[in-house]
Amino acid sequence: MNRERTPLVSILLDQRSDLHSDWMSELSVDRDRRISEADLKTQTGDFLKLLSKAVDQGNTSDVSRPEWAPVRAFLEEISRSRVLQGFESEQTASFVFSLKRPVFTRLREVTGNNADALAHESWLATDLLDKLGLHTMKAYEKSREAVINRQQEELLELSTPVIKLWEGVLALPMIGTLDSARTQIVMESLLQRIVETGSELAIIDITGVPTVDTVVAQHLLKTVTAIRLMGADCIISGIRPQIAQTIVHLGVDLHGVITKANLADALSLALKRSGFVITRPGAPRAGSAADLGAAGRNGAGSMRVGAEA
Amino acid sequence: MAERIPILKMGEFLLVTIQVDLHDQMAMRLQDDLTTTIERTGAKGVLIDISALEMVDSFIGRMIANISSISSVLDARTVVVGMQPPVAITLVELGLSLSGVQTALNVERGMEKLRESIAGEALHAGREG
Repeated sequence: MNRERTPLVSILLDQRSDLHSDWMSELSVDRDRRISEADLKTQTGDFLKLLSKAVDQGNTSDVSRPEWAPVRAFLEEISRSRVLQGFESEQTASFVFSLKRPVFTRLREVTGNNADALAHESWLATDLLDKLGLHTMKAYEKSREAVINRQQEELLELSTPVIKLWEGVLALPMIGTLDSARTQIVMESLLQRIVETGSELAIIDITGVPTVDTVVAQHLLKTVTAIRLMGADCIISGIRPQIAQTIVHLGVDLHGVITKANLADALSLALKRSGFVITRPGAPRAGSAADLGAAGRNGAGSMRVGAEA
Repeated sequence: MAERIPILKMGEFLLVTIQVDLHDQMAMRLQDDLTTTIERTGAKGVLIDISALEMVDSFIGRMIANISSISSVLDARTVVVGMQPPVAITLVELGLSLSGVQTALNVERGMEKLRESIAGEALHAGREG
């Protein structure tokens, strides 16, 4: 095809290596230490190669066309790696925008004294590079969002551990604000563990829950009801004085729900219910001779837990 | 013709194991069958095992509550055992807390619960008499 090359295209095609070294010196002025010079050189080289291939197809204004797909994919990949390395948005954007000065310098040389041509060519080049820069930013944001979403999910999973405290006793220490999505996950994992372990008692500890409003109370009650439906019992522990006041002032009905001030009280109730007694060996306490003998063998200071007949 | 849910007699208790998804018609039929069986055998307790039930709607939820209250009118304690987490969550979301129904994790524990509550009742009755 015999078509007139615009100055921009001829610069990109004929003076690529010069442009590349100019761009590199432009970038190396404030190069971040997180990316090595060699890596940057490969990236810029690859980008120029793809860019010149794309402009060679004849279209320099619409980057959404299929022939620009490799360039776009390359920029997206660059953005993604920059996000993972912890670069800021402006540092990512300057990757493309720093190409402007070398290109404009060369355009001035090519157009000579023709001011009209220079203005026109500069506009074309700016338009193209701005579009590519914006595309980079869009990809940057998208990658950032993906990172945030992933972290949110991980946080959600991390924040709902179900702990086996004793044979038949599960504990769920809740930390952070309770919203519908979290309660749902908490409820599901707790119910699942109850089935798996055959535990008859679950302790929900809300020491780490900053505030309890009607919605949170509603969620808690739902969880308690679901646990009861499965045939297990539930104790809510770690209710701070202010929260107790709030619950009463809000008029939330916690009847039929066992509540304890702290996890220790809840555990001791749970043990009592399963028929365990805790004794301290050596302490003067009314007990059978056999009981004391067994306690002595375990060594002073240790706690002894035994099932009551 | 609709399938029937078998009702097994185990000593003084009745055991109902629901192994298939419960349709409305089957639930109605179960209610009829169960009440007549309680009346005929004079059973003191009913265990309803729903561990294989994976889906419930508000109707089935209400039927479970109904069956339990009808049994207690006929002087038989009812324990619903083995409810699966998704079923429990659904019932709670539907606003059915089944407050009058006793529950247990599995058939074994349910049987224990029935024995306990009947023994407690007998003790109570003995004291009064």
